[in-house]
Amino acid sequence: MAVQNEVTLYKKRSIWSRYKRDVLMNYQLYIIILLPLIWLFIFRYIPMYGVQIAFKNFQASKGILGSEWVGLYQFKKFFNNYMFEKIITNTITLSLYQMIAGFPFPIILALALNNTLYPRFKKTVQMVTYMPHFISTVVMVGIILQLVHPRIGLINNAIKALGGTPIDFMAKAKYFPSIYVWSGVWQSTGWGTIIYLAALAGIDPELHEAAVIDGASRLQRVKYVDLPGILPTIVIILILNAGNIMNVGFEKAFLLQNNLNLDTSEIIATYTYKMGLASAASDFSYASAIGFFNSVVNMILILIVNYIAKKLGEISLW
Amino acid sequence: MAQVQVQPRIRTNNKIRLSSGDRVFHFFNDAYLLLALLIVLYPIIYIVSSSFSSPQAVATGRVVLFPVDFSLRGYEAVFKHEGIVLGYTNTIFYTVVGTFVNVTMTVLAAYPLSRRRMPGKQIIMFLFTFTMIFSGGLIPTYILISRLKLINTRWVMIIPNAIGVFNMIICRTFFQTNIPEELVEAAQIDGCDHIRFMFEMVLPLSKPILAVIALYYSVGHWNAYFDAFIYLSNEKLFPLQIILREILVLNQIEQATIMDPQIMQARQGMSDLLKYSLIVVSSAPFMFIYPFVSKHFVKGALTGAIKG
Repeated sequence: MAVQNEVTLYKKRSIWSRYKRDVLMNYQLYIIILLPLIWLFIFRYIPMYGVQIAFKNFQASKGILGSEWVGLYQFKKFFNNYMFEKIITNTITLSLYQMIAGFPFPIILALALNNTLYPRFKKTVQMVTYMPHFISTVVMVGIILQLVHPRIGLINNAIKALGGTPIDFMAKAKYFPSIYVWSGVWQSTGWGTIIYLAALAGIDPELHEAAVIDGASRLQRVKYVDLPGILPTIVIILILNAGNIMNVGFEKAFLLQNNLNLDTSEIIATYTYKMGLASAASDFSYASAIGFFNSVVNMILILIVNYIAKKLGEISLW
Repeated sequence: MAQVQVQPRIRTNNKIRLSSGDRVFHFFNDAYLLLALLIVLYPIIYIVSSSFSSPQAVATGRVVLFPVDFSLRGYEAVFKHEGIVLGYTNTIFYTVVGTFVNVTMTVLAAYPLSRRRMPGKQIIMFLFTFTMIFSGGLIPTYILISRLKLINTRWVMIIPNAIGVFNMIICRTFFQTNIPEELVEAAQIDGCDHIRFMFEMVLPLSKPILAVIALYYSVGHWNAYFDAFIYLSNEKLFPLQIILREILVLNQIEQATIMDPQIMQARQGMSDLLKYSLIVVSSAPFMFIYPFVSKHFVKGALTGAIKG
């Protein structure tokens, strides 16, 4: 017993002294990271501390600590609000639509790029389709507004040329989700191929050789070699996308919004902004509660999704 | 310009005839690619062509593919517009200074976290990654920024987003795999400390990854809209994207820019022409340098995807 104790003591001491030595040897590492840590604390963790105003009735004069606690009042107010159902529905509709519509195109494009016999052509298509990824949201929305413009827009010119009557797309709420989603598809399909192209490049060429010897046609090789080869990537991307279902960004929806399409374009992010910062009687606590609710839901979804992805990743490894 | 590497596959010698089935496949395959190319390219060409047309041609919707009645009036209006010029200057400032701060802070965080012997590393890493899945949200951040008196200062465009955790992780992974621990140890034996090692060894050895994250950060700054929208109300500080929103989305064009009587006639056409030119001018810098650096962008996207 005594010997064992001494051994564990020795081990403990040695771990401790190794730690001490590592810290002493590398103390400069802590100096180097000090500035980023201070930044992290101030700009990321102090706001988390400030989240408590979601459970309070925040008054600027009293400050965060001085304001009185109201428990779940703000949350109840939000859940009972007539807008609640609408903005949740809008948010989920928009992201589901985006997920389903935007999902197949990068895969098909990546497969097609991978199968063309002309490397130059491939590079050109890649170069051009990656480009929209770098257009800012504001410019993208500007482009959309110009293209769907009822008088001079490209789309309405085409409708007129075909003998139809121009449609004011931005003034009808029913068009908003499609405009939002399909412009997104236009902008992100090319960039989305990168990960699939990498997965395709990782497929063992011997599989293709074997398939050729067995007399497989190109189409069959796509179907039985390429597709199964990138299936794990496809599944992971799909799952990770699912984790973002309640996480629709502020900018594009807000910029595309107008009073006429508010019925489908008001989402959690834009509503939070309006409640907290835009209205004359801005209610910090109420907006914080909405934001907090959304953050928590997002976090739970991401954790679930990561868990599933990890599980599947392990399975697919075997 | 080489993108993701083509998978090594059996060379299809052009002299050997493809089977008819494969020829059909290749026909549809390439047709699909061509279609994708045209769908992405056409709106871009249309916008560029419109921006070089005359106001009348734009107003009557006569532009289809090439510029109609070639003119540079749109661009003249853009460069005469004070807000646009000021916004452009401000954006260049935010992009250059912001990216410098970003890269510096990212390296300062990534290097220590990439070293094996740093007790407490896991905790610090967790503190960073946790902010990727949870944040205080809009309002608590706004309260903080206003307490710090950063509202309506140039700093608000630079400091609150000094580190992108995602980029930091990309950078850390690169350091881990490319700066071996043995190199540090050898340097330490020779009397070189971490700080000097970082400047004289790590930075020169990490140029490719520094280029990648600098590119990511600078695109982010160039396109940033939200923070300026929330925190800035002083017009002198407005970045380009805010001006763009006023003109492109809210349709506010100062009358002063279109005083010329001849232009007044085609005022509506002129305002649309201005928009097209503005779209081109504001997106041009990255569109122009992009082909030269696309390789790096792709590399970064891949590193991120694999580790993320």
